[in-house]
Amino acid sequence: MAYRNEQLNEEKVFKDPVHRYVHIRDRVIWDLVGAPEFQRLRRIKQLGTSYLTFHGAEHSRFNHSLGVYEIVRRIIYNFEDRPNWNPEDRLLILCAALLHDLGHGPFSHSFEKVFKLDHEDFTQQILLGDTTINAILKKVENGFPQKVADVINKTYENKLIVSLISSQIDADRMDYLQRDAYFTGVSYGHFDMERILRVMRPMEDQVVVKESGMHAVEDYIMSRYQMYWQVYFHPVTRSAEVILSKILHRAKELHENDYAFKLKPTHFLSFFAEKPTLKEYLELDEAVTMYYFQIWMNEDDPILSDLCERFVNRRLFKYIEFNPNHQMNEWMELFRLFQKAGLNPDYYLVVDSSSDLPYDFYRPGEEEERLPIHLLMPNQELKELSRQSEIVESISGKKRTDHKLYFPLDRLEELSSRSKTKKRILEILYR
Amino acid sequence: MLENHTKLMHFFASSGEIIGRKKLQKIIYILKKCEVPFEERFQFHFYGPYSEELTLRVEELCNLGFLKETKEEKKNYYQYRYLLTEAGRRFLDHYHLELPEMGEQIAEMKERSSRFLELVSTILYFEYLPHGEINEKVLSVKSKQNYTDEEMTDAWEFIRKMRGE
Repeated sequence: MAYRNEQLNEEKVFKDPVHRYVHIRDRVIWDLVGAPEFQRLRRIKQLGTSYLTFHGAEHSRFNHSLGVYEIVRRIIYNFEDRPNWNPEDRLLILCAALLHDLGHGPFSHSFEKVFKLDHEDFTQQILLGDTTINAILKKVENGFPQKVADVINKTYENKLIVSLISSQIDADRMDYLQRDAYFTGVSYGHFDMERILRVMRPMEDQVVVKESGMHAVEDYIMSRYQMYWQVYFHPVTRSAEVILSKILHRAKELHENDYAFKLKPTHFLSFFAEKPTLKEYLELDEAVTMYYFQIWMNEDDPILSDLCERFVNRRLFKYIEFNPNHQMNEWMELFRLFQKAGLNPDYYLVVDSSSDLPYDFYRPGEEEERLPIHLLMPNQELKELSRQSEIVESISGKKRTDHKLYFPLDRLEELSSRSKTKKRILEILYR
Repeated sequence: MLENHTKLMHFFASSGEIIGRKKLQKIIYILKKCEVPFEERFQFHFYGPYSEELTLRVEELCNLGFLKETKEEKKNYYQYRYLLTEAGRRFLDHYHLELPEMGEQIAEMKERSSRFLELVSTILYFEYLPHGEINEKVLSVKSKQNYTDEEMTDAWEFIRKMRGE
């Protein structure tokens, strides 16, 4: 039997706290799960630094990837025999769902910002380069790795396939919302996924939802909105993220200035140069990163050691609300005062914006900006969701952004009680 | 502080009013591909390269009062206009930021339709492919747009001009 169609003698099942079971019958999928590049995802947390706010949030990209695969498996089971669905695309979309996050690195967001990397580039490299994953996909057919890469990159010709894992109501979001809610322990993020899956319909170039399922979709959009503000944009997580970025900046800066690290940061050298090879990229996971942070706690550089100690022992920065328009003069004064107090403001006075985080809101797709969620009306017409739902309209039109100023209050409190600088800094911060 | 926001404000200071979100997305992407160091990350979406980070930063600039957004109802959609405010100009006075001169490039792009800029940005997105395969890929992912040979030629010429080649 051709490898593409090969089935396991017995179905494999993974116990899963969100979907109860993840079912695998295809030999190809089973082999992909066992590949080292996929197993590596066990060592990358799904929510980065959120575990410092929500202690349960230790789940990995491995869990999430299996979850997305399982949701897509259920969606296409419902699509069988429906118009616009080609059963020959089944294996392609299952592979793309399973592998869509393959290129994520340790604490992806901060690493990518500081070292100017893009996990999507590495996903493509893993799929197309000299890897076990590539060898497995090639066994299906020579051009198959490129097809999977195109679906994940959203450049595959068949947009219906792409939309199953990359649209505003896709398997990726449906899994992470539920999984992140489960592991953080919050009561948001829950919605009736079974209902949504039942009312999804394949169209020529996108998945749409029957109008009768609108309320289930409203619930999904509300969950998404609440999860952003309650979990993903949590100010304490952002504090940890700020410190993490500053650690990476500091280590890079020291390296560029020929600082003699007590332990040569071998795993980081190509990252400092912003040019890691695929092999180097895959070798640096979160366990290795945390090892370096522990070592750097004992470095002679006071900034690097302090930041690492803060991150490892969760001694985070405090924050206040900050409006750069109205408080520009105060910020400039704080900058000077921090310098006077011996605190380098480049590392200890940080403005963080909600746009510095990687999550996105539902957008109704004005001016063809992004493809919106479409409802399939009884007369077969398509209507954009927010034009039909007052609930969605009220939150998708509402703009809410947020800026915070982060600083180490403990270091300020250590300054002499007679210090005028200290008094003035605290006066500005807590006015 | 807010370095990436400030780069965008410099852009709006050079551009004057920008009409249309799609046009804004494509102009910033094309400038980025012409070595202007914007850091917003773009992914390929239904209508070509799109950056959620850019959308969010523009929203933030509006909320901070640095940018004025005007919403107009068109036949089947809303259209948005963006203009730097006086508060935005005052903020820029405090900032020294080295950015390449981009006034002429922006003026050229503002003259073009968002459909054309979508084509140009899509070509640039697939630049990593062997030259001979780019057109084929662009036409396959944009099959519904029915771009003509003349438009393709014009887009390549436009890219050379933008890059000063």
